[in-house]
Amino acid sequence: MAQKLDYLKETPSQTAGPYVHIGLVPRQAGFEIYDNNFGNVIPGKGERIRIRGRVIDGTGAPLNDVLVETWQADASGSFTNPEFRGWARAGSDFETGEWVIETVRPGAAPNRDGATLAPQILFWIVARGINIGLNTRMYFPEDAAANAADPVFRKVPPHRRETLLAQPGDRVDGVQEYRFDIHLQGARETVFFDV
Amino acid sequence: MLRNTSESPGVLFPRDLDWHPPAYSPGYKSSVARSPRLPLMSIQPTTADLTGPRFGHSELGPLDNDLLLNFCQPGGSPIGERIIVHGRVLDETGRGVAGVLVEMWQANAGGRYRHRNDTYLAPIDPNFGGCGRTITDDQGHYVFRTIRPGPYPWENGPNAWRPSHIHFSLFGHAFAQRLITQMYFEGDPLIPHCPIVATIPDKAAVERLIAPLDLNHSIPHDLLAYRFDIVLRGSRSTIFENRLEGN
Ligand SMILES: [Fe+2]
Repeated sequence: MAQKLDYLKETPSQTAGPYVHIGLVPRQAGFEIYDNNFGNVIPGKGERIRIRGRVIDGTGAPLNDVLVETWQADASGSFTNPEFRGWARAGSDFETGEWVIETVRPGAAPNRDGATLAPQILFWIVARGINIGLNTRMYFPEDAAANAADPVFRKVPPHRRETLLAQPGDRVDGVQEYRFDIHLQGARETVFFDV
Repeated sequence: MLRNTSESPGVLFPRDLDWHPPAYSPGYKSSVARSPRLPLMSIQPTTADLTGPRFGHSELGPLDNDLLLNFCQPGGSPIGERIIVHGRVLDETGRGVAGVLVEMWQANAGGRYRHRNDTYLAPIDPNFGGCGRTITDDQGHYVFRTIRPGPYPWENGPNAWRPSHIHFSLFGHAFAQRLITQMYFEGDPLIPHCPIVATIPDKAAVERLIAPLDLNHSIPHDLLAYRFDIVLRGSRSTIFENRLEGN
């Protein structure tokens, strides 16, 4: 008999269920319980951008009970800037399913393997019917050269890369808007990652 | 106050997706249209995946982990069995993880959520909000005071009931450690009938979600305690990593 490996197993995931808003964005769910609420606006230096999107199921319906979280580098490409927290969470609108994140445009960042990460925003998606949170990432179509060199984006089959690209929209009050719809199934199924 | 991790936690162990519930679990009807149909794309975690926000104790209020008081009218108290839910957040190597944001939400004692879409006929409790949050201490410990949630009916079948449960959200040090799960109560006869529990293929994995009664931590004449330890993905050091320049 060999020695026994004594690793623990990760706690198994369970769905966030239909009421994730009251747990993670209670103010958006309509009740005041905390003084300090985590929200959908990332303050910080840099170009302000606004991302709107929906998560769409296999029947074409937007999820109106979904929560998304995002994580990104600061404008200069740092993930460890003590003055900047590149994390946001947003619950979908209960009627339309739309969520909104307001943030700064992330910079290209050095990866641990020496490569350069194209400007990108990581997404994590939970809802009723999603048994384990889904990981994806959003890239910017303006950064075609950086995307082509990104260690993740470049490995995505070319015909599916479009699912990871934000759609530029209008400038509203000087803020560039993007749309990032996430498709759970179908011809435009978003690429989800096992990280 | 808005801080990020100052160091990466190392490279995370791969996730054992056979241990977690599969995305497509037809016994749980909502998963059918909400599960990706194509395989997940496996990637080497990047610096983006291995970093995350850091949460400070000063960001939370003193009652945020006390559901007996955090939504209470003056002089009131929520209806239900008063309990402590406590435990440790560990990683897969068995180390306690400090600084984890632990958030939880639950139904009231009658099985009703304070949510606009919950129309179950059990009443809202004016003294109970139903959510709490805390940050683990330097050993990974956390604690909540709450009431035991009631079971509730749902629409998965003609007579489907959820066992009593508390939803837990965990934020470790890396974005790729992000986890949501549910805690169940030892001895609840509804557990074996629950289609959401049954999305987990391995019985040993289900047992990891069932909190035992912990009489040692109960407070006589006041509160029963349940213990729920949670394990996040562990990590290995990166000292022998090749630098795959341009690969
Ligand atoms: Fe629930």
